[in-house]
Amino acid sequence: MEASELLQLVIAGLKNGSIYALLALGFTIVYAATNVINFAQGEFYMLGGMLAVFAFSGLNVPLVAAVALAVVTVAGIGALFERLAIRPRKDADPMALIIITVGGSLVFASVARHLFGSDALPLPEFTPGPSFVFAGAAIERQTIWIWVIVTATVIGLTLLYNRTRLGRAMRACMENREAARLMGIDTARVVMVSFALAAALGALAGVAVTPLTSTRFDIGAGIAVKGFAAAILGGLGSPLAAVAGGLLLGLIEQAVIPFSSVLKDVVALAVLLLVLFVRPQGLFRRTRKEKV
Amino acid sequence: MGMLSVQGITKRFGGLTAVDAVSFEVHEGTIHAIIGPNGAGKSTAFNLLTGFEKPDAGTVSFEGATITGMRPHRIVRLGLVRTFQNTVLFDDMTVLENVLVGMHVRTRAGFIGSALALPRVRTEERLAAEEAHRLLRLVDLGEVADARAGDLPHGRRRLLEIARALGSRPRLMLLDEPAAGLNNAETAQLAETLRRVRDSGVTIVVVEHDMGLVMDVSDEIVVLNEGRKIAEGPPLLIQKDPAVIEAYLGEEAVDA
Repeated sequence: MEASELLQLVIAGLKNGSIYALLALGFTIVYAATNVINFAQGEFYMLGGMLAVFAFSGLNVPLVAAVALAVVTVAGIGALFERLAIRPRKDADPMALIIITVGGSLVFASVARHLFGSDALPLPEFTPGPSFVFAGAAIERQTIWIWVIVTATVIGLTLLYNRTRLGRAMRACMENREAARLMGIDTARVVMVSFALAAALGALAGVAVTPLTSTRFDIGAGIAVKGFAAAILGGLGSPLAAVAGGLLLGLIEQAVIPFSSVLKDVVALAVLLLVLFVRPQGLFRRTRKEKV
Repeated sequence: MGMLSVQGITKRFGGLTAVDAVSFEVHEGTIHAIIGPNGAGKSTAFNLLTGFEKPDAGTVSFEGATITGMRPHRIVRLGLVRTFQNTVLFDDMTVLENVLVGMHVRTRAGFIGSALALPRVRTEERLAAEEAHRLLRLVDLGEVADARAGDLPHGRRRLLEIARALGSRPRLMLLDEPAAGLNNAETAQLAETLRRVRDSGVTIVVVEHDMGLVMDVSDEIVVLNEGRKIAEGPPLLIQKDPAVIEAYLGEEAVDA
């Protein structure tokens, strides 16, 4: 394989990986606050793209505003989902809550189908124009946008966690919910904010990728598997590890393409199973000795 | 009436009455100890005082407000904070960050404000950090502010927990066996710290097994035995009280 082809695969891997990273962050943030795997995470991605298309094509809102509107609306949907479907059952077994999120994802998908139909819907690129060529490999402008969005998200989350009162409250809940509650932290509110934030990140990913792939009511479940695999790869702990998990999964997928393009979609599941069997704490987490 | 008013609290577990119609008042600006031999009902009493368990009878009120059954974060907001027998810190955070989390109820910045890094929010963060440093100096942890909390030795973890509890600017702090697992030097430092905290205007209730600490720092002592209050008064009187001596001698006789 030539160097430029290899580079092209790496670019594609980092592009897809960035999207997986945003979804993995969503899984990780909700898990940290609740110990629940939110399988509706993929639907936030779908809704982000859908609402952006609807605002742009249906309401003729400028693209920038349509994107912002979609992300904010989906964040609201995430908060509402937590309030209406999760909080009333918050003392239930995590498994029951996980089933609720699976149910939620089915509801979101069928509502989207009724509202927006079952066709694939397109969105223009944020900044249309020819691809950049770098060392013989092409980089679409939208790919650059995706990288910018992921980078900005990582910086934003790092600042949130380390520099703000809310971020500290979220970390405190992550480490020990009971102790956090005793510090006067309203943990119910932290959970709701976590869902809103995860939904916003999912929507951001969906909006960023729709110009390249278009969107459809039924794409949520497929991307949720990828994001979940990336989150597991990262260990469902630190946000940075989730991002690393996403990028790594994107690259692994591209690595199998030269051998068989059919296998690409199996990779996420294979990685998921392998990690769960061999290293359930994820690649980047030190196993900590529990104190007695 | 005292700052914390305990009226006839009773708690039964099956056939056992762990706490039996206990009443006492904690006055502002004092260190009040609750002692008793093993199984006297100290831990249950502590959980009742902090609103963690609901008494079968009786009430606990803090400055006139009944705290029984109130949600923990509301109790903290009233100005009543507790520590644990097994120190529970946020190990992955720094010492300073632990205190900042303790200050959570007193700061206000919400999500939007933080996201926009409003000047008001930045000022609040700076002031909060300054106060957290001040609290760390109060408990002699000023120089390890940036260490990871999980890396502190046992005695210092206990002091950090106190600093973190002070972060909520409580009017009353309840400590559950603060001397447990500490050596003599650490216990002496703890006593010194508790006095300093009291003198800074925080009333303290301590449930404790360590007699040395209790006699050293307490202004007022309540002695429980088999769930009942058998004596109450300043340390010098308690040391001479025949009922107390008998309860403790009984324990030693059993231990021996």
